Amino acid sequence: MQDVADLAPAQLSVDAGPFRRAARNAFPFVVVGAAWETVAHLGLFPSQFFPSLEAIATVFVRLTLNGVLPHHTLDTLVRLAAGFTLAALAGVSIGILMGRSRRAEDILLPLVSIGAPIPGLAYAPLFLLWFGPGNVSAVVLVAFVSIFPIVYNCWTGVKAVKEIWLRSAQAMGADDRRLFSHVIMPGALPYILTGLRLGLAQAWRILVAVEMLAAVPWGLGWLIFGAQEFLNTDVMLAGIAVIAVIGLALEKLVFQPLEEFTVVRWGMMS
Amino acid sequence: MTADRIRSLRRGAVTLLVVAAAYEAIARSGYFAPALMPSLGTVARTLADSLLDGSMLTHAAATLYRVVIGFGLAVAVGLPLGVAMGRFRPVEHFVLPLSSALMPIPSLAWVPVFILWFGLGNTVTILIVFYAALFPMLLNTFTGVRSVNPIWLRAAGAMGANENALFWKVIIPGASPFIIAGLRQSFLRAWIAVIGAEMLAGSDWGLGWVIFDAKEFLNTDVMLASLIVIGCIGFVTERLVFGSIERATIYRWGMARSAKS
Repeated sequence: MQDVADLAPAQLSVDAGPFRRAARNAFPFVVVGAAWETVAHLGLFPSQFFPSLEAIATVFVRLTLNGVLPHHTLDTLVRLAAGFTLAALAGVSIGILMGRSRRAEDILLPLVSIGAPIPGLAYAPLFLLWFGPGNVSAVVLVAFVSIFPIVYNCWTGVKAVKEIWLRSAQAMGADDRRLFSHVIMPGALPYILTGLRLGLAQAWRILVAVEMLAAVPWGLGWLIFGAQEFLNTDVMLAGIAVIAVIGLALEKLVFQPLEEFTVVRWGMMS
Repeated sequence: MTADRIRSLRRGAVTLLVVAAAYEAIARSGYFAPALMPSLGTVARTLADSLLDGSMLTHAAATLYRVVIGFGLAVAVGLPLGVAMGRFRPVEHFVLPLSSALMPIPSLAWVPVFILWFGLGNTVTILIVFYAALFPMLLNTFTGVRSVNPIWLRAAGAMGANENALFWKVIIPGASPFIIAGLRQSFLRAWIAVIGAEMLAGSDWGLGWVIFDAKEFLNTDVMLASLIVIGCIGFVTERLVFGSIERATIYRWGMARSAKS
C-alpha cells in the first residue's frame, strides 16, 4: 500500500492535462528557436548562411503560395508511394514464396543475403548509368532499397507460423487455399506489417538523397540540393522543414499505429 | 551436416552460379556497352588491381575513419544523454520533443546545408554520420533505462546499494539489450549515411566518393568492385563485430535468447 501511495502523485504530475503537456513539449523548441534567433541577429555568420527564422518563414510562405513547394512535395510523395508500392508487391510475394517453398528459399536466400548488407545508396550511380538519370532510376532505387526488409520479414513471418496450426488445420480438412488465407496469412501478418513499416522507413530515409543524385526535375531533395548552388540557405531550411513534417506524419500516422496495431492485436513486440 | 542442409547449400551455390553465368552471358553478348556492363573477369581484375596498389584500401580506410569518428561521437553523446533522459524527468522533457522532431528528417537531407556551413570535406561527412547514428542510440538507451524493472532497483536499494553501484550493477546491465540493439542500429544507419554523404559531399577519398566519381568516367568495373568492398565491410561488422558483442554480453547474461535456438 505504501508503494501505491508513493507512486500516485508522480503518476498524476505526468498526465497534468493537455495544456501543460503542450506547453512542456513546446518549451524546448522555444529555447532552441530563441538561441537560433539570437545567433542569427548577432550577425556572427553572414545572414545568407544563417538566416533568421522570419526569413525562413517568409521564404516558406512565398514558395507555398506560388506553388513551387507544393509541387516539389507532391513529386516526392508520389515517388515514395510508387517506389514503396513496387517494393511491397514484389517483396511480400517473394517473402511468402520463400517461406512456403523450400526450393524458392534455397534459390533466393543467397541473393537476398548478398544484396542486403550493401547500403542501397551505393547502387545509386550504377542505377543511374543503367536507367539514366531521372524518375525511373529514383523509383527503382527506392523500391530496391526498401524491398530487403520486406522480403526478410515476410519470410521470417511465414516460417514462424506454428507447424501445429498447419497440421491441425489440415487434419480438419482445410485445403491449400483455406490454409493460406485462414492460417498462414493471419499468423504471418504481424511480421509482414513490421516488414512493410521498416521498408517504408528505409525508403523515406533514402529518397531525399536519391533525388539529389538522380537529377529529377522536381522533388524536395532536388530543391535543397539546387538551392545550395545559389547559397539559398533559407530555401534549404524551408525544404527541410517540409521534410520534417512529412517524416513526422509518416511516424505518427503510419508507423506508430501499425506498430500498436500489431503489438496490441497479436500481443507481440518489435 | 544433414542431407537437407547439403541440398540447401548446393541449391544456393547453383543459384549464384546461374546468376553469374547469366550476367556474364549478357555482358559478353554485347547487347549493352561493355562500359556499362563489364564482364565478371574485368570486375575481378579491377578489384585485385585496386587492392594491390593500395588505392581501394585507402578509400576503405577513409570511409571507415569517418564512420568510426561519427559513430563514436554519436555514442559519446547519445549514451550518456539517453541515460540522463531515463533517469531525470526534466532532461527527458527537454530532449525528447526535440529528438522526435529531428529524427524523422533523413540525415542526408542536411548534406547541402552542412556543405554551405562547413565547406566540403571530412567535417560534413562526419557530422552527417553523427546525425544519422545519434537518434537510434539515444532512444534505445532511453527506452532501455526506462524499462529496467523497478523491482530490481528497489531490491538493490534495499540491499544497501548506493547510487554508484545501482547505476553500474543494475541499470546499465538491465538496459544493455536495448543499448546493444541501439549500437547495432546506429552503426547500420551510420554506414548508409557515410556512403551517401561521401557521394554528395565528395572529398578525395572514400568508397562512396569512388563509386560516384567512377560514374563520370563510365568506369562501371570500379563501381562494382567498390560495391563488393562495401558489402564485405558491412557484412563483417554486422556479423563478426556486433554478433560477438552480443554473444559476449547479453546472451551470456541470459538477457536475450539467440534467434537460432
